[in-house]
Amino acid sequence: MSDELTGLAYLIAAICFILALRGLSSPTTARQGNAIGITGMVIAIGTTLASPEVLDYGWIAGGILIGGAIGTVIALKIQMTALPQLVAAFHSLVGLAAVFVATAALYAPGAYGLGSVGSIATASLVEMSLGTAIGAITFTGSIIAFAKLQGLVSGAPLVFTGQHPLNALLGIGAVALVIWFSTTESYTAYWAIIVLSLALGFLLILPIGGADMPVVVSMLNSYSGWAACGIGFTLGNMLLIITGALVGSSGAILSYIMCKGMNRSFFNVILGGFGAEEGVVSAAAGDRSVRQGGAEDAAFIMQNAGKVIIVPGYGMAVAQAQHALREMSDVLKDAGVSVSYAIHPVAGRMPGHMNVLLAEANVPYDEVFELEEINHEFSTADVVYVIGANDVTNPAAKTDPASPIYGMPILDVEKAQTVLFVKRGMSSGYAGVDNELFFRDNTMMLFGDAKKMTEEILQALD
Amino acid sequence: MDPAKLGNAIEAAGASAAGESLVALFTVFVLAVFVGYYVVWNVTAALHSPLMSVTNAISSVIIVGALIAAGPTDINFSKVMGFIAVVLASINIFGGFIVSQRMLQMFRKKG
Repeated sequence: MSDELTGLAYLIAAICFILALRGLSSPTTARQGNAIGITGMVIAIGTTLASPEVLDYGWIAGGILIGGAIGTVIALKIQMTALPQLVAAFHSLVGLAAVFVATAALYAPGAYGLGSVGSIATASLVEMSLGTAIGAITFTGSIIAFAKLQGLVSGAPLVFTGQHPLNALLGIGAVALVIWFSTTESYTAYWAIIVLSLALGFLLILPIGGADMPVVVSMLNSYSGWAACGIGFTLGNMLLIITGALVGSSGAILSYIMCKGMNRSFFNVILGGFGAEEGVVSAAAGDRSVRQGGAEDAAFIMQNAGKVIIVPGYGMAVAQAQHALREMSDVLKDAGVSVSYAIHPVAGRMPGHMNVLLAEANVPYDEVFELEEINHEFSTADVVYVIGANDVTNPAAKTDPASPIYGMPILDVEKAQTVLFVKRGMSSGYAGVDNELFFRDNTMMLFGDAKKMTEEILQALD
Repeated sequence: MDPAKLGNAIEAAGASAAGESLVALFTVFVLAVFVGYYVVWNVTAALHSPLMSVTNAISSVIIVGALIAAGPTDINFSKVMGFIAVVLASINIFGGFIVSQRMLQMFRKKG
């Protein structure tokens, strides 16, 4: 295939990828978008296979077969609740693949038209080292994110003294190595860049706590795109550059949305340690009493309500309560109660986590609303059923400037006539702050596992 | 870096990277960032999870670099690197698109 034809085919593939993202603007066009994305990938791979550099198809066929089989099995078997860690694991693979491609280009530059060993242009070396560094950071960072989400290591932020100076030192070291490598094409420098970047990725994610994972996962999503971009620049490949830029900006936008959802700056999240201190609970909290209820009480209240809004959080995902929740709302709807769902942007462990779980439980997406769409409706709701969410409902975010979550946009559940709060115990949320809401007169605490409690309410409704 | 040297570097990159000048590549990059920005802001919040898995799948287009490394007939270090990268990227391509499809299949309207 001639260079011109290859370039055109790559352009078509790039357009397919743009359309794939465009499709996601609505659930009705999203499946079609995904199909277009697959088409783009097939075009990209087919075009490359037809290029004169590719002569031996045995290894390639084997590699695609092995990788494809592994990917297919994982994707078909994975539980929807394990989605955040799956995405983190996938990001790590993109990062690692970027490192391997950059390494291949360094050791055999001729195949990519980069000249011969020892005479690769400085600019190409800079691009190569950036691609490989970002790839390596993405790899170990995603591994840590995966381990935290999977519960292999504690989700608590891991902080130690001298953490930030150490990271800064490693960062400076990495820059120095990039300069050394770009000017000398030294293999030693190259491998040192990889080792340092691997360490950096590890150290960067370690201090970030579990509930900040939506930001981390989006950020690593972004990194994997920039890594692809770096490789694209190295190889002079437009398709890689375009796709990397699309993915990079997508991840960056998601990170921004997640940070805004918590009213925290990106750097505040990245520096980590949030929620590490438990000592901010106000002293007065200890002797205040809460109104406690059982499943029958909750069933009675909801049965007699006109409008119920359900607020799900990470606790729903942990308890796998989404199916029981949908059955409960079906019974309520049959009884003439209007039921809708309110999703906070940072509910769960990845952007859109709650939406996917509700969709899995067959909740129609037009009953599910985002914060801005539904927040004004809480004042007209008879009952709010908060299941597994806490900080995102805490009025202290609006009233208490001393609170760590002050300024965070919250769901105004306290405006509803009755708030039913499903919770395992009185522990504070991730931010380590007491929720003022528990002690209000219109709040009834339902202590128990989210799924069990919902099932009991379901029984009481029948 | 003095301007003359930078100029040389850019020229060298232009000559080596398949005839594309660094400026041309950079132009494409910046435009693609803009396209990405506007397209992604249009993605509905409900589909942010599928967005991540789709972007994850398409970023594995890095496989085109891996294919070229794995393509030559003689077996050397680069070919092995390329092969591993093909396997990793393939896991992502198949895994990413299939899991996206699974997710998107679940989003349905009332009734």
